[in-house]
Amino acid sequence: MCLFSCCSMIDLRRIMCRGGLELLCDSEKIHKVNVDLPNGAESDDFTMKHLLSWVRTNLIKERPEMFMKGDTVRPGVLVLVNDCDWELSGQLDTRIEEKDVIVFISTLHGG
Amino acid sequence: MEAGEAKSKKAGGSRLCCICNQRRPVLKRPKTLQQICRECFYEVFEEEIHQVIVGNRLFKSGERVAIGASGGKDSTVLAYVLSELNRRHNYGLDLFLLSIDEGITGYRDDSLETVKRNEVQYGLPLQIVSYKDLYGWTMDEIVKMIGLKNNCTFCGVFRRQALDRGAALLKVDKLVTGHNADDIAETVLLNILRGDIARLSRCTSITTGEDGPIPRCKPFKYTYEKEIVMYAYFKKLDYFSTECIYSPNAYRGFAREFIKDLERLRPRAILDIIKSGEDFRIATTTKMPEQGTCERCGYISSQVRPLSLSHQVML
Repeated sequence: MCLFSCCSMIDLRRIMCRGGLELLCDSEKIHKVNVDLPNGAESDDFTMKHLLSWVRTNLIKERPEMFMKGDTVRPGVLVLVNDCDWELSGQLDTRIEEKDVIVFISTLHGG
Repeated sequence: MEAGEAKSKKAGGSRLCCICNQRRPVLKRPKTLQQICRECFYEVFEEEIHQVIVGNRLFKSGERVAIGASGGKDSTVLAYVLSELNRRHNYGLDLFLLSIDEGITGYRDDSLETVKRNEVQYGLPLQIVSYKDLYGWTMDEIVKMIGLKNNCTFCGVFRRQALDRGAALLKVDKLVTGHNADDIAETVLLNILRGDIARLSRCTSITTGEDGPIPRCKPFKYTYEKEIVMYAYFKKLDYFSTECIYSPNAYRGFAREFIKDLERLRPRAILDIIKSGEDFRIATTTKMPEQGTCERCGYISSQVRPLSLSHQVML
């Protein structure tokens, strides 16, 4: 558990994978994670871009192309930060903070 | 307060919902690029569907209507919203859930459990029709026979007929399916890519099969998939979400990938493709393929050899 001011980790309340994405993460729907910041980075600089990279490395166990395309999520994957569409907060530039809840929902399946 | 301000800044909180100007926006609508709050989202989502239903005269009071329910996101939201609008606006409809069991292990058996829960949650009577009962074959058995190509072609044809049979069992007047704007835009593209003019001319109709046994309609024709998923998420609606194990080989996947990339660049493209599809006119000099009937059973058949697909498999 880390403290707030001079932390080297971001403690997210949870990352949730929905809409079938959980199958890429060993079928775990909910992950409570502590993310190590890249060396020398301030917690202020931590954005979705960093988090995505972290998720791809640490949570996605198979078929990463179902989750990401290039630097960002695959088209058809929705991202919510604290229950809010990430398109409202700058997508990859969205700043991520302590206790944030991130949800990834895939829409790419039958209805 | 610093932390609160920081969080609300991040959530676009310096702006308010475009519609009510009071609450924090939670969604950017692809259709209009508006930033709206949860409550306004529910309102516009439901109201737009109501307008599509009324504007296109999809139903008449007193009709028995079956909702093609797979347990997936579109049909679950459709069942929920149609139920709600039926009540709110007094459509006077008798609603049912109709589910098709294709016999695909690990896919359909799980999603049927979801529909059974929907039956209880929404209070709508459920009818399940299976390929095994109708045709004597499950999709798993068919795939073992024909291999992993063209599975969706067979399954789609069988499902269409199965829905008609199920609808007849329920004695309904109409069928509704959850096809959304993304689906229809994909279909338009698919038909162009294949040069399938006959299907191209039919695929944007909001109601089809009026001259057949059971007309069917698509109230979500102009509804974006993103909004359906967000609605289900915020309302905590119960749905099943896995890709059919046979679908990765489907040609539609390419059209879907393209549409999704397009949506990212220009979200209105989806509705614009549908509009193009609606406004296509086929040159009068073009010879249209004829839709015939199966020699054996008389069911509609587009195949050149006039045996419906279901009879081709039986041979």
